Amino acid sequence: MSDSLSPVWLSAATSLTATLITCICGTALAGWRLRRSGVVFAVLDGFFILPLVLPPTVVGFLLLLLFGRHGPLGRVLWTMGVSAVFSWPATVIAATVASFPLMYITARASLEQVDSDYLDAARTLGASEWRVFRRVALPLAAPGLIAGTVLSFARAFGEFGATLMLAGDIPGKTETLPLAIYFAVEAGEKVRAAEWCVIDVMLSLLLLFVLYAWTHKQFPVRASARRG
Amino acid sequence: MGLEVDIEKQLESYALRVSFRANDEPLSILGASGAGKSMTLRCVAGLERPDRGRIALNERVLFDSERKIDLPARERRVGIVFQKYALLPNLTVEENIGFGLDHLPRAEREAKVQMYVGDAHLQGLEKRLPGQISGGEQQRVALARALAVDPEALLLDEPLSALDTYLRQQVERQLAQTLAARRGTTLFVTHNIDEAYRVGSEMLVLSRGEVVAFGRKRQIFDHPPTMGVAQLTGCKNLSEARAISPGVVEAIDWNCKLNVARGSEQGKHVGIRAHHITFQEDGAGSAEVNSFPCWVVSTSETPFRVTVYLRLNSSPGAGDGPHLQAELYREKYDRLKSRPMPWRVVLPQEKLFTVPD
Repeated sequence: MSDSLSPVWLSAATSLTATLITCICGTALAGWRLRRSGVVFAVLDGFFILPLVLPPTVVGFLLLLLFGRHGPLGRVLWTMGVSAVFSWPATVIAATVASFPLMYITARASLEQVDSDYLDAARTLGASEWRVFRRVALPLAAPGLIAGTVLSFARAFGEFGATLMLAGDIPGKTETLPLAIYFAVEAGEKVRAAEWCVIDVMLSLLLLFVLYAWTHKQFPVRASARRG
Repeated sequence: MGLEVDIEKQLESYALRVSFRANDEPLSILGASGAGKSMTLRCVAGLERPDRGRIALNERVLFDSERKIDLPARERRVGIVFQKYALLPNLTVEENIGFGLDHLPRAEREAKVQMYVGDAHLQGLEKRLPGQISGGEQQRVALARALAVDPEALLLDEPLSALDTYLRQQVERQLAQTLAARRGTTLFVTHNIDEAYRVGSEMLVLSRGEVVAFGRKRQIFDHPPTMGVAQLTGCKNLSEARAISPGVVEAIDWNCKLNVARGSEQGKHVGIRAHHITFQEDGAGSAEVNSFPCWVVSTSETPFRVTVYLRLNSSPGAGDGPHLQAELYREKYDRLKSRPMPWRVVLPQEKLFTVPD
């Protein structure tokens, strides 16, 4: 392997950062959305899920409009000294947006199926809504939340289209594994592409393992908790 | 003092309109499933919002639609034991009991949890998860958890219905003891007549969201105010009645004329509970009031009690159903059964009641 291993580190850092953000925001939004209904929320749901439906190029283009130097969000970030396009943060933004719907949908479904008697019991015992969420809803929804996190990671790790549009392909800066493979093939360097592919598979497995360990620590599911 | 409830809430198929007061004695709320019992409890606990009305606990207003007061459940000081207990499956027995005590310093919390573990006879099970203990133990954990936060009102939603018959009697006795020793309001919801009678001192009967009877349990059982209450409280024998003269009615469905308490002959139905019906063994003829010749149509036996289905005043032909059912101890039945038909049945006047509807 003649090249530096930078795509490996970039891919790992980008996908794990994106998964962390997605996991927290997706769960928080799903929790906030619980017990709220109405047209406004249905429309909002549509927006949250949109990145899953749209082609990655469309998502990438919309992100470019939003986060570009003259875009509404890009300008705000620029004043804070962050360049949100053609930079490492751009890879994180693209991966986060692409993986968010998977987390949001799974988190909502798993929080909704928690038996409301548990939540009500906690409330009558004096628990605040935050404590009910943190101590009761989250642990009981844990299997679903873990599944959502794993799905999100898978999506973030494989993210290609939106990343290319928003972050470009800058070796050592924004070139993640999927981009590196694409451009290796394009340049006719088949051997290098194959090497990246093997590394991609091994890294996926390794990171999935790390993720499982981490999420199970965050949301311990006791083996016999579901009995009775 | 105590709990005052006067609320209305539109439900899918009927309107819940409940008004009652409960003091320090346990109040049983009896009704068929879907009568609005659980909904009433949930409104008191603050888990559902009534459309209109007022709920106050020891002079503290929990809900008042006019003054726009609606305390959240966590501030009501109302404990609840759910039908399926709702023990948090990922927390141990002691974590469940201590769940509402997290505001206390650690040492104090642990001492209090230990006290309730002891009271509920759960020693040795502290570290178990709810899924690892029996149904009766789960019920005690749920009760201990609700009591640990020292609620001013304790609401029990069919707390025995998830247990099998054998365990049920044992757990019910412990529950009745705990409730009797407790100071503060207790509401006990059930559809089981015997349970309602044994656990409560006062009784509220609900039917399709309406209070159909409310008062001392003895009074409600002896003199049900309506036909519905008579049925809900387990009265098996009810007949259409027609007034004949002061103190005498004709029981149309039973094919007989009955002496009833004076002034009650205008009721549209007359009733008697199955275990109040007696039999004359001495063959003294028709000397007793409300005594009739009867024929046994069929019987239904349990180890200690026998239910006999009777026809009065005429021997049953083919296809004739029974008029009445009587319940008696097996010893009595064994003495009677060798005798030739007809036997003589007595419907004691003081046990007969009439209802206006």
